Amino acid sequence: MSEMTKIVKTTANILFPFTMIFGLYVIAHGHLTPGGGFQGGAIVVSGCALLLVAYGSSWVFDRIKDKRLVTFESMGAIGFIMLAFLGLVFSAVFFGNFLAGSGTLFGTTPATGSTLADFNTGGILPLMNFAVGLKVIAGLFVIVLVMAYASSAKEWG
Amino acid sequence: MEKRMIVGALGLAVVAVFLLFSIVLIHPFGEPGEVQMDDYIITHTQNETGTNNGVTSVVFDFRGFDTLGEATILFSAVAGVLLFFRRIRP
Amino acid sequence: MIEYLPFLVVVAMILIGLYAVLFRRNLIKLVFGISIIESGINLFLIILGYRDEGVAPIFTSLPSGTMYPEGMVLPVPQALTLTSIVIGVAVLALMLSLVMHIYRKYGTLDVQKIRRLKE
Repeated sequence: MSEMTKIVKTTANILFPFTMIFGLYVIAHGHLTPGGGFQGGAIVVSGCALLLVAYGSSWVFDRIKDKRLVTFESMGAIGFIMLAFLGLVFSAVFFGNFLAGSGTLFGTTPATGSTLADFNTGGILPLMNFAVGLKVIAGLFVIVLVMAYASSAKEWG
Repeated sequence: MEKRMIVGALGLAVVAVFLLFSIVLIHPFGEPGEVQMDDYIITHTQNETGTNNGVTSVVFDFRGFDTLGEATILFSAVAGVLLFFRRIRP
Repeated sequence: MIEYLPFLVVVAMILIGLYAVLFRRNLIKLVFGISIIESGINLFLIILGYRDEGVAPIFTSLPSGTMYPEGMVLPVPQALTLTSIVIGVAVLALMLSLVMHIYRKYGTLDVQKIRRLKE
C-alpha cells in the first residue's frame, strides 16, 4: 500500500497514543472492571492498524522486522506457562493461585459484597493478563502486517 | 446447474425445519433452569480467587485449561500465516 | 412464541450464512458466509446465560439493592464465548491466506473455473 496525504498522517499521529493508553488501561484493570487480556489486546491492535493504513505497509515493514514481533509473542506464551508451573511448585495444583490471601505482591482479599476498586487484589490474575495481552498484541499485529505487505508485492519469488 | 440448485434448496429446507423444531425444546429466554454451578461461582469468587470480576476469574482461575488451549490456537494461527508467505519477506 | 424471539434471530443468521455458502460463486462471498455462521453461534452462546432483570457479575460498585446470586447474569457462557471469538479470528486469517494464494495461481476467483487441478 502507498502512503496517504498529510491530513490523514496528522490525524493518525494524534489518535494513536490515546488508543494505546486506553488499551493498556483495559488490560491492566482486568480484575476490577470488565475487560482483561484479550479485549485490551484487540483495542491496541486496532490503533496499530490505523498507523499501518496511514503510513503504507512498505514503510512500516522496513522499520519493524517481523522476527522481533515473533519473539515478543513467544515471550508472552512462555510467561503464561511459567506462571502455571509456579502454581504447581508453590501450592501443589497446576494453575493454582498462590498469591491470593498472602501478604505479598497482589495479595489482599477484598471484602464481601459491593466494594470500591482496590488494585492490590487478585493473586496471579493481573500477571496472566499482561502475558496474554502481550501475546495477542504481537500475534494479531504480525498477521495484519504480513498480509498487507504481501498483497502489494509485485512478484512472489 | 438446475439439478445442483434443487439439491441445495432441499438441503437448506431440511436444515431449516430441524432448527425451527428444536427451538421450543430450549428453556424460554430469561429463565435458565439449572444454575447451581454459576451460583457457587458468584458467591465464592471473592473468597477463593481474590478478584471482583466474575468473568475474569472464570476465564483464568476456575477454567484455566481452556485459556491455555486458546493461547495455543493463537500461536498456531500466527505460525500458519507466516508459513504461507515465506518467500516474500526479504 | 414471543419469548423465543432471540432464538429465531440466531436461526435466521445461520440460514443466511448457509445460503451464502451454498449458492454463491465468488470465493470471498463463501468466506463471508462462514463468518456470519460463526457470529450466529457466538450470539447463541451469550443468549443462553441471561436472567431477567440481571446485572453483570462484577462486584465493584454494584447498584444498591442487588441480591447477589439471584440478581446476576450467569458468567460461564461469557467465558466460553471469548474462546470462540478468538478461534473464529484464527480460522478467518488462515482462510484469507489460502484465497490470496489461489488468486495468484489461477487468476480468477470463480469456483466453477478452479475445479480442475492445473499444473
